[in-house]
Amino acid sequence: MGRRIVITGLGVVSPNGVGVPEFLHSIQHGVSGIRFMPQYEALNFNCQVAGMPYFEWDTLKNYVSEITFHGLKGKAIGYGIKAALDAWTDAGNLIGNDQTLWETGCVFGSSVADVEVVKNVITRVDSGEAKKLGSRVVEQLMNSSVAAYISGRLGFGNKIVANSAACATGTQAILMGYEYIKHGLARRMLVGSCEHVDPYIFGAFDSMRILSRKFNQSPEKASRPMSQSACGFVPGSGAGALILEDLEFALERKATIYAEIAGGANNSGGQRRGGSMTAPGSPGIIRCITDALADSGIGAESIDLISGHLTATAADKMEIQNWGLALGRNGRNFPAINSLKSMIGHCLSAAGSIEAIAVVLQIWHQFVHPNINLEDPNPEILETINMECLPTTMIKKEINTVAKANFGFGDVNTCLIFSKYNNG
Amino acid sequence: MDRQAILNELKIVLEPYTEDKEMLREINDGTDLVKDLKINSANLVDIIIDAEAKYNVEIDMDSAEKMTTVGSCIDVIMTKMAK
Repeated sequence: MGRRIVITGLGVVSPNGVGVPEFLHSIQHGVSGIRFMPQYEALNFNCQVAGMPYFEWDTLKNYVSEITFHGLKGKAIGYGIKAALDAWTDAGNLIGNDQTLWETGCVFGSSVADVEVVKNVITRVDSGEAKKLGSRVVEQLMNSSVAAYISGRLGFGNKIVANSAACATGTQAILMGYEYIKHGLARRMLVGSCEHVDPYIFGAFDSMRILSRKFNQSPEKASRPMSQSACGFVPGSGAGALILEDLEFALERKATIYAEIAGGANNSGGQRRGGSMTAPGSPGIIRCITDALADSGIGAESIDLISGHLTATAADKMEIQNWGLALGRNGRNFPAINSLKSMIGHCLSAAGSIEAIAVVLQIWHQFVHPNINLEDPNPEILETINMECLPTTMIKKEINTVAKANFGFGDVNTCLIFSKYNNG
Repeated sequence: MDRQAILNELKIVLEPYTEDKEMLREINDGTDLVKDLKINSANLVDIIIDAEAKYNVEIDMDSAEKMTTVGSCIDVIMTKMAK
């Protein structure tokens, strides 16, 4: 059956928890990371809440050299470095070796370069002070910035790639790492993604009128996937990173194995038949899910849990119908389904990696995290699936196989199939 | 500001760019920024930008190219401050 790819390390910077232990506690207990943003009120945004991690910038002094830290400005870069290096040490590795690790690579994605960094460049250049920018700006403007910082810190010598596929970036990064190892091109890949939604990116989304605007006074209620009162998504920031390894490589070094990636698929609906720049089309979604299942060799009936994209827009209903069609399951026979976005909002390119970490934790600790803010499930969703499929408190149950999908602007889809590691 | 005062201030400017704090404490006119303090040559432009702010001077590119040792840094800064 070819190479098996396993997950041996996790690192996360999430609005509801920085570091895996705090994040695990939060997702088990339905802790929201959405908060009121006074600055967004001052900027006249419709949506004035966001998923923002409590990130102590000075923590990075423990992760990069003093010289690198001095002049480091990009928030998303900071999140990415912390998540990645935490995943690396969680997998039992040391930081600071002087070797080039030819067998290890990195796919780390983001959706936009840090706009705060860009703003500094624009301000300086427009005032005739380009020469004051210094040597550290270009490296933080690069789309490959985070991948470059991580790989340099850890000495990776295999493929170093920054991917970008809007809200499918995180799951796509994981899939790309999985494929490199599967094809024998690398033995280990650090994969993940990061996002910092600064006021400029936030404002651009706000103007599209697709953000949650009715819960500014009760931030933790603002992200309401699958509910009747859902009125748009809440942007979130953060990063997630995972260490993927060829099973043999992981066994050789006696690594702890959290879960296995059984398969995956990445496609586009071509912006046809319902798909567009901003909306995924059903044929693409269904094909992506069935392709992922085919790649994994696992039958649709074996899926115990779906970690949905489910952003809290009108698309939630269509997503659930598409899952039902792709899996051939509905009503009471539909798997449990949850949306981490109910707690942390939509972390855009970081969504896939943070949500994948939640999936791995649910497999490793055998539970289903709650959907919060689902007091009023959308009746149209309940026409497709049974309420029992929508846990609103944590459920302890056997979780062997989980399907995780994300859909991004540009009509790009990614679906991953995770399974409990079975050493048989 | 005399050479010693400039040198003391220069230690503060160079601090974030070198990991060798012991060498930094001992710097003198002959100390080479790249060879002795192991400063990444890409960071020399940052040191010049920081020095411009610290001493309130403008350092043109031709002068900046001369700033490879502590002594030459002090020479350039003194010349610019005198203007």
